[in-house]
Amino acid sequence: MNRLLSPFRLSVQRDLLLAARHKTEIITALFFFVIVVNLLPLGIGPDPDLLRKIAPGALWIGALLATLLGLQRLFASDHADGTLEQMALSPQSFTLLVAGKIMAHWLVAGLPVVLVAPVLGMQFDLSGRSLFILTLSLLLGTPILSLIGAVGAALTLGVRGGGALLSLLILPLYIPALIFGAGAVEADLAGIGPDGHLSLLAALLVVSAFFAPWVATVALRVALE
Amino acid sequence: MLSVSHLTCQRGERVLFQDLSFELPQSQWLQIAGANGAGKTSLLRILSGLSEPIGGRITWNGTPVREDREGFHADLLYLGHQGALKEELTPLENLTLSLGMEGLEVAETAASQALHQFGLQGREQLPVRFLSAGQRRRVLLCRLLLRPARLWILDEPYTALDIHAAGFLTGLIETHLLGGGSAILTSHQSMTLSPGLCVTL
Repeated sequence: MNRLLSPFRLSVQRDLLLAARHKTEIITALFFFVIVVNLLPLGIGPDPDLLRKIAPGALWIGALLATLLGLQRLFASDHADGTLEQMALSPQSFTLLVAGKIMAHWLVAGLPVVLVAPVLGMQFDLSGRSLFILTLSLLLGTPILSLIGAVGAALTLGVRGGGALLSLLILPLYIPALIFGAGAVEADLAGIGPDGHLSLLAALLVVSAFFAPWVATVALRVALE
Repeated sequence: MLSVSHLTCQRGERVLFQDLSFELPQSQWLQIAGANGAGKTSLLRILSGLSEPIGGRITWNGTPVREDREGFHADLLYLGHQGALKEELTPLENLTLSLGMEGLEVAETAASQALHQFGLQGREQLPVRFLSAGQRRRVLLCRLLLRPARLWILDEPYTALDIHAAGFLTGLIETHLLGGGSAILTSHQSMTLSPGLCVTL
């Protein structure tokens, strides 16, 4: 088991080390999220009822856009300097190495968003319980964004103007996560309870964690040809 | 033993080579010669398994490479045109992390010893972006010292190396061949290696 997981662990470790040398990238994505979410109350006006209503959607859309920011670079720099070739030629499983990169992307782009979400949610006048559910839905949902996004990043690797194409390709695929994620808080406020939405979100996470690294690997092999 | 039969490669409309067959026994090396654009790198990429040929088959010790990719890659060390070095990381980090991802835990002392052998003492903790082209190449070539592999595929290994480092590399290849390994390389420079096989594209 340890042997099997060591390429995964090293791949995560390597990408985190690279991210630590490029702190601006982490900070940019996080500040982008904070600013987008902050603009909404400023633009819409201080009506607490309305703000409470749009809060889950606003935070979720902010998280989607913040994830997209770093996604294009997920494989691009490794492709440019030949690291991806060496990974494909490794006797270790290429899929596990790719899964490690996706994990690192979530730790760098997704996790900070989850951590600041409760603070931002407070300015939308959300109750403590709603904040908890919202954070939980983001915790389950942001890995899905990284996983599905990785498939898009692999497919558009080496394509000219890949950034815009990536957004067009990936944002529609984020819709289910957005609906169940933002819906969890609304369902709770409506008295249905958030369990159904959160379970569906967890199911989405399991399915994408199983398939996305594998599909991304196949796309990367094609891109390397 | 690597054996290649009836290999055909096409890039776009152009057929780069067709019906290429050769065998590379143990302790032998093979030079791939040809003008710029003749398809040397394409051939190496096909041999390493990075891209698929249009036709033909490649076997390693009797097993088709396509059927046992991971087994073949455990025996293979491929150094391409591109460095696969991360500019932000130090040579030491680059070596330990890239070899680690290939399933080889390298102690830092072993890695820095390899860097010393390639004349990079004092540069172990310097980010790669401060190194010259020749020094980067040397960091890459340290993989030859650290990772055991039976077959070396080296694309233009002598590029950017000075006479001293080139001599050291030639010595390494010769030791590798004496130990029963085999090597495939492309090079425009005239080499001082003992004569080997040659394929001209």
